[in-house]
Amino acid sequence: MTLVDKDIIAKKRTGRQSRNQIFKWLFFLCTMFGLAVLILLIADTLMDGWSRLNLDFLTNFNSSRAESAGFFGAIVGSLWLMLVTTPVAIVLSVGTALYLEEYAPKNKFTEFIKINISNLAGVPSVVFGLLGLAMFVRALALGNSVLAAGLTLALMILPVIVVASQEAIRAVPASVREASIGMGATKWQTVSRIILPAAIPGIITGIILAISRAIGETAPLVVIGVPTTLLVTPSSVFDSFQAMPMQIYSWVKMPNEEFQYIAAAGIIVLLVILLLMNSVAIFIRNKFTNRY
Amino acid sequence: MSNKNIRDQIINNTRNKSNIFERMIPVILLLITSVSILATIGILVTLLSESFEFFSRVPITEFLTSATWQPYVGDGEWGIWALIMGTLKIVAIAVIFAVPIGLGAAIYLSEYASDRVRRIIKPILEVLAGIPTVVYGFFAINFVNPILQGIYSGFGLYNAVSAGIVVGIMIIPMIASLSEDAMSSVPTAMREGSLGMGATRLETAIRVVIPAAFSGIVASFVLAISRAIGETMIVSIAAGSMPNASFDVTEPLQTMTGFIVQITSGDAAFGTDLYYSLFAVGMMLFIMTLLMNVIASWFTKRFKEEY
Repeated sequence: MTLVDKDIIAKKRTGRQSRNQIFKWLFFLCTMFGLAVLILLIADTLMDGWSRLNLDFLTNFNSSRAESAGFFGAIVGSLWLMLVTTPVAIVLSVGTALYLEEYAPKNKFTEFIKINISNLAGVPSVVFGLLGLAMFVRALALGNSVLAAGLTLALMILPVIVVASQEAIRAVPASVREASIGMGATKWQTVSRIILPAAIPGIITGIILAISRAIGETAPLVVIGVPTTLLVTPSSVFDSFQAMPMQIYSWVKMPNEEFQYIAAAGIIVLLVILLLMNSVAIFIRNKFTNRY
Repeated sequence: MSNKNIRDQIINNTRNKSNIFERMIPVILLLITSVSILATIGILVTLLSESFEFFSRVPITEFLTSATWQPYVGDGEWGIWALIMGTLKIVAIAVIFAVPIGLGAAIYLSEYASDRVRRIIKPILEVLAGIPTVVYGFFAINFVNPILQGIYSGFGLYNAVSAGIVVGIMIIPMIASLSEDAMSSVPTAMREGSLGMGATRLETAIRVVIPAAFSGIVASFVLAISRAIGETMIVSIAAGSMPNASFDVTEPLQTMTGFIVQITSGDAAFGTDLYYSLFAVGMMLFIMTLLMNVIASWFTKRFKEEY
């Protein structure tokens, strides 16, 4: 009698092995599902919107007639919006990240700030819209201006940039910091000339990804009451404006089927802009991240 | 000056005004940091004060117990359960759809895939996660719903299933990448132990890695649910605007977020019941997502303590 019966083992193994193989392919299909959806989504949008995507579409204002409706006001409006959101969000979030990583004492208050930021990240965007409506639009009487919407979006993306910046700052090795302080540099000299430059690729990547989220965000703009039928572009941050996602939403909601094609054309423009921003972010992350 | 020695120069340097500047920096940064707290306070004060105004007009008992939401009929009927049920239907469909696919993808990425495959797939998931929700809404109504209607003609133009499936698609990247993170942080030694005893990769994944990463995986589900509760544009576009508490998923419905969008895009006049109801619904939404986030962070913390 042999201790190990090869036949029995082989018999048991084949079943288990083939189950392993079957599930491997199942899991692989699950993974490919995301890619398939992405391809379908892009193909569907291109098929619907391609015929409408021309120079007129990019240079016309919106119109109630489908033939002449354009995206110009929305593109310019979204640029204005980002001109407000980007600097405000950068100053607030990078400042917060620097404080938390470099200056904050280890105590209950710092812990509270950290918990607060992670909770803020989980607040639905539509609730930020309500904050914007009550605080900026009504209480500060900014109306549905670029400034009101820009500040609302800046608060919304703040946690995203804070977390990305914190990670980037934390990745700077302690030895670099110690070397700087050992050479007699002050705290701020170390932070501004050594740590920030080393962390900047990670911070910029976080900023770009956050801004690309802000550009596509619709819900807060609906709540604030951003119009969709203006025929002028804003001339200051106190003016009313249009925005790309808001315009797309209003077209999607139109009963006339022609507007679905225009919405698709708008989506193509928005996705191309987002794709460009994402590529830049990935490029910066891969190219400029310092390795120690 | 040459008669000053280096020590004096250093003392002199540390005493000049750059020292004041140096001490101002933490104060300025602390002020900047406090904006994030102000934002939270702003949200709470806004929601609470406007909700109080609403509950001075509409009894809170009606709000919390009734399941009829009809703001336009007479003085209005304000039973939030109609909206909560709408949200829950969407979340349930989304979770049923997204959890198996997201978890399957996570298992493949963490247990089967080579580094090269992972490096290709992960950015694709990131792109999928970065697509604006208004685009997903367009996809729901122009692509998913026509397919559903082809399968079963009972589906209307707006229904819970198409919106729910697309919300599911939206949260798949989140479940996949967070669960994958949790599984990847299970020590390789445990995996090697299992494989060394003759278990297949499938058996290792299901009996060793998933139980070990369980609380991290649950945290990813809970976070995804929180996202689905707060999701606005997909349901505004594809789920319709008919608040009801029925279980029929072929009918249109309205979620809490969908209500807020419907009312604000139709210009709710300041000071009306309708205007204040926005904030009461927003409060409920805020509480539900906050609860989910707290539960998720509890699971994450437990997971981190284990490893």
